[in-house]
Amino acid sequence: MTATTNDTHHDGPHDEEHHEHHIPTGIKRWLYTTNHKDIGTLYLWFAFIMFLTGGAMAMVIRAELFQPGLQIVEPNFFNQMTTVHGLIMVFGAVMPAFTGLANWLIPMMIGAPDMALPRMNNWSFWILPFAFAILLSSLFMEGGGPAFGWTFYAPLSTTYSNDGTALFVFAVHIMGASSIMGAINVIVTIWNMRAPGMTWMKMPLFVWTWLITAFLLIAVMPVLAGAVTMVLTDKFFGTSFFDAAGGGDPVMFQHIFWFFGHPEVYIMILPAFGIISQIIPTFARKRLFGYASMVYATASIALLSFIVWAHHMFTTGMPVAAELFFMFATMLISVPTGVKVFNWVATMWRGSMTFEVPMLFALAFIVLFTIGGLSGLMLAITPVDFQYHDTYFVVAHFHYVLVTGAIFSIMAAVYYWLPKWTGKMFDIGLAKWHFWCSLISVNVLFFPMHFVGLAGMPRRIPDYALQFADFNKWISIGGFAFGLSQLIFLALLIKACKKKGEPVSDQVWEGAEGLEWEIPSPAPYHTFETPPEVK
Amino acid sequence: MDKQQAQRKNSKMVVKLMAIVLGMFGFGFALVPLYDVLCDALGINGKTSEVAAVYESVEVDTSRLITVDFITRINTGMPWEFKAKTRQVKVHPGEMSQVNFYVRNPTKSLIVGQAVPSVSPGPAALYMNKTECFCFEQQTLQAGEEVLMPMKFYVDPQLPKNITYFTVQYTLYNVTASAEVVAMN
Ligand code: HEM
Ligand SMILES: [Cu+2]
Repeated sequence: MTATTNDTHHDGPHDEEHHEHHIPTGIKRWLYTTNHKDIGTLYLWFAFIMFLTGGAMAMVIRAELFQPGLQIVEPNFFNQMTTVHGLIMVFGAVMPAFTGLANWLIPMMIGAPDMALPRMNNWSFWILPFAFAILLSSLFMEGGGPAFGWTFYAPLSTTYSNDGTALFVFAVHIMGASSIMGAINVIVTIWNMRAPGMTWMKMPLFVWTWLITAFLLIAVMPVLAGAVTMVLTDKFFGTSFFDAAGGGDPVMFQHIFWFFGHPEVYIMILPAFGIISQIIPTFARKRLFGYASMVYATASIALLSFIVWAHHMFTTGMPVAAELFFMFATMLISVPTGVKVFNWVATMWRGSMTFEVPMLFALAFIVLFTIGGLSGLMLAITPVDFQYHDTYFVVAHFHYVLVTGAIFSIMAAVYYWLPKWTGKMFDIGLAKWHFWCSLISVNVLFFPMHFVGLAGMPRRIPDYALQFADFNKWISIGGFAFGLSQLIFLALLIKACKKKGEPVSDQVWEGAEGLEWEIPSPAPYHTFETPPEVK
Repeated sequence: MDKQQAQRKNSKMVVKLMAIVLGMFGFGFALVPLYDVLCDALGINGKTSEVAAVYESVEVDTSRLITVDFITRINTGMPWEFKAKTRQVKVHPGEMSQVNFYVRNPTKSLIVGQAVPSVSPGPAALYMNKTECFCFEQQTLQAGEEVLMPMKFYVDPQLPKNITYFTVQYTLYNVTASAEVVAMN
């Protein structure tokens, strides 16, 4: 019985309780916790802190690019900023935020008392702060932090990097271990702990998309671990995986990296698809259109994501046959992606829609993610990519799918489930300010990047030709505004955690359906100790 | 009792999933030989064989004459001079020929170099058979030393008819540092 909860003993007056476990207080509660809700909260706060940290680095980047010329930082430091910004946002913000949501929601959605492996859950969270402490500390060491881009292409990360690369490799290993443990936990929980009656095709889509994401994670994070290990041995132990002089091949690095990298981008979007598929039906007050097709679309996206990696490498001199294969395979992915967008729109069709804050974010997601998907389609056309590759057009593409895609979905999820977590409605006024400021500034920030990219401005440069000056000024202004808007979110979250606000009902939102809306608000520390019966 | 059963079921599953994780870690490394095999088989990246070919009773195809260009390149950080003595040869497939490359180490210290060949168009690499090549091993030159390095090759008569002209490029790398690491190990 005690296996799944923690058994720290206290002296004192509470000894009469025997069934309910004591919750240790203070820091120990958080250090030793094996409760899925506590760990979910930890993940989410960690992700938010990383989001602000990575965001601060983006502010440095945009300040430097505010006008042409070098004014604020050295080029080498600029490169460290772009590199660490990317690493933090991918591995520190987006992925932990999704894992936090998985922790909070999956047990409540499938009627399980907790995650299947609570101790491992504790570990997988608590190694993360160390990974990022190592990565961030390298910025303050001699020679500085990693400056080779989040993609750490060899030979930039081998021949031309500094000794701090060892810290980078170590940090990535820890992040990878954390994600793998998190993924295993999700799979085992969903596989073994569904309440009676919760059949596969009754599972909420957030659970489905996370299950598929978790399989992607255990398939490709080990490949990333292999890639960083090869970089480490090439750099420090005289191997030559990527060194042509020793019989290796630097292009092979890109193949290995993108074999991980492309599924990785889907790891960052599939849970978002799940979230949107939960929110849209609630506020359209209709059942999700095409539930089964959503499940199959998610699975086919995941499978296809393994055969498209070389669309990141069109300009490396691949044979024509390979260029064509990867072009068509990539375009094929837009079919299941299109199915999803179609289903969301069809769900809203003739629904009685209301526009609460989670719905606002979900709607913005659908429109803006689709813009990112369309620029992705353009990039997938091989001859066209020869022009667009490594320009700001690519930067625009992946920020539309990641910021207005993944991150907007996370914000939508937080607004959707926050009242269930705290039992109080968040400050709706602040939330609307957050939404509208973010929506406007994010487009001022990223939309002009399409234009400067098409005009030929390369990515990852601290200085640029005069012709790009006006657009960059706008981009930077949008960037600062977007950064500031997130402080509204911070204020709102602090207020919510202090449990200010109107109490909410168990269902919270009028149209919400699912097990998590049947338990009291705020969700009690232990839920579904006896499994519910799902009809 | 139920609890224990559940836990056993969970651990079983964890073991299976860990097996996938380990397998994929191995797969990452398996990509390295796989990549080489694929490139070799398809002649994609212009790499020639790293072992000497044997020349025996190859029939010379006098109906065709193939033009082979030789060019050299010095990688950054390599101070040697490196030139192809023979810039171009015209050979019948199956016919042996020899070309020479000149290297000189103009510095005041010992340097170890490694030449890496690359054939373009890539598919021709499969038919470029070298029986002797300086690129098969590292070259060590003392300060100021100069050497004429020979390379013997023949073009396989199986060479597709549409290839009449190809280029062999040698890039010379400074591998002194890694040669020391290897010597130390
Ligand atoms: C319709 C679907 C999509 C298509 C066709 C597509 C296509 C592409 C292509 C061809 C590139 C390479 C561009 C270049 O470097 O020249 C690219 C880059 C990228 N894509 Fe997508 N993409 C799609 C969706 C997504 C999604 C959903 C995400 C993430 C959530 C994503 C994230 C990225 C990232 C991060 C890069 C840049 C990687 C880098 O070089 O740093 N893409 N995409
Ligand atoms: Cu991709």
